[in-house]
Amino acid sequence: MRPNQRIAYRGCLLALALVLSYLESLIPVFWGIPGIRLGLANIVTVYTLYRLGAADAVFISLGRILLSALLFGNVTTMIYSLAGAALSLGVMLLAKPIPKLGAMGISVLGGVFHNIGQCCAAAILLRTGGILTTLTILLPVGAIAGAVIGVVAGILILRVPLDDD
Amino acid sequence: MKQEKKERRAITKGDIFLLAGLLLFALLFWLAVRAFTPAGTQVEISVDGKTEMFLPLDQDTEQLIKTDAGMNLVRIRDGKVTCEEADCPDKLCVKHSAISAVGETIICLPHKVVLEIREGR
Repeated sequence: MRPNQRIAYRGCLLALALVLSYLESLIPVFWGIPGIRLGLANIVTVYTLYRLGAADAVFISLGRILLSALLFGNVTTMIYSLAGAALSLGVMLLAKPIPKLGAMGISVLGGVFHNIGQCCAAAILLRTGGILTTLTILLPVGAIAGAVIGVVAGILILRVPLDDD
Repeated sequence: MKQEKKERRAITKGDIFLLAGLLLFALLFWLAVRAFTPAGTQVEISVDGKTEMFLPLDQDTEQLIKTDAGMNLVRIRDGKVTCEEADCPDKLCVKHSAISAVGETIICLPHKVVLEIREGR
């Protein structure tokens, strides 16, 4: 892929991630942790991870979090999102080479560890151990959400052609 | 940049095992936490990480918490704690259901207020 194509592609994906991020903020999913979301924007993250590589996936993920915090308010939840994304990306990058795991599995790990990262950040910043109880709900919800998102991303990965396919 | 043609499927058997394993783990985790959770006797109200006060759960009361960012109205009724009112922008704390078991929390992120059920006097 030529450098200019890559830049344009990144721009489109980042914009898409932003829109998904905004759309899902309209759907209330509260299990006690403010800022917990379905993770729709991770469709773009997983797709980018498989199609453009790790560096771009990190770029789009962090860029999306920063921009959506600037655009849609709320710097406080941005810190939690960054913590979640850091752990989530780290795990996804480590797990991706495992041969028996496909896009859905990676996305499940990504979603679960995003939640764990956010909970840990909340536990540390607010100095409360009550996070354990929210985790009991978040773990299964995050796993299932991650699975659905992974399937969608997987379909996109297989079906959406890149320029040099 | 060379793009290899991968015959990867979106869902592999490994994925299903992973998901099933995680869900099983989540279930066991939930059961374990529940088994070790005693009934709460008081609620700890903290602002920005600093404990402000403890309120007993056996007395129905209302407590106004004032922070630099705004106010939260905490109500204790029938041994349960709720955030009745708040002037934060998202009001997630108000929408939260009542808490009563040790470790359960209601958090108002914009105000940095944490209500946590504790045991002991």
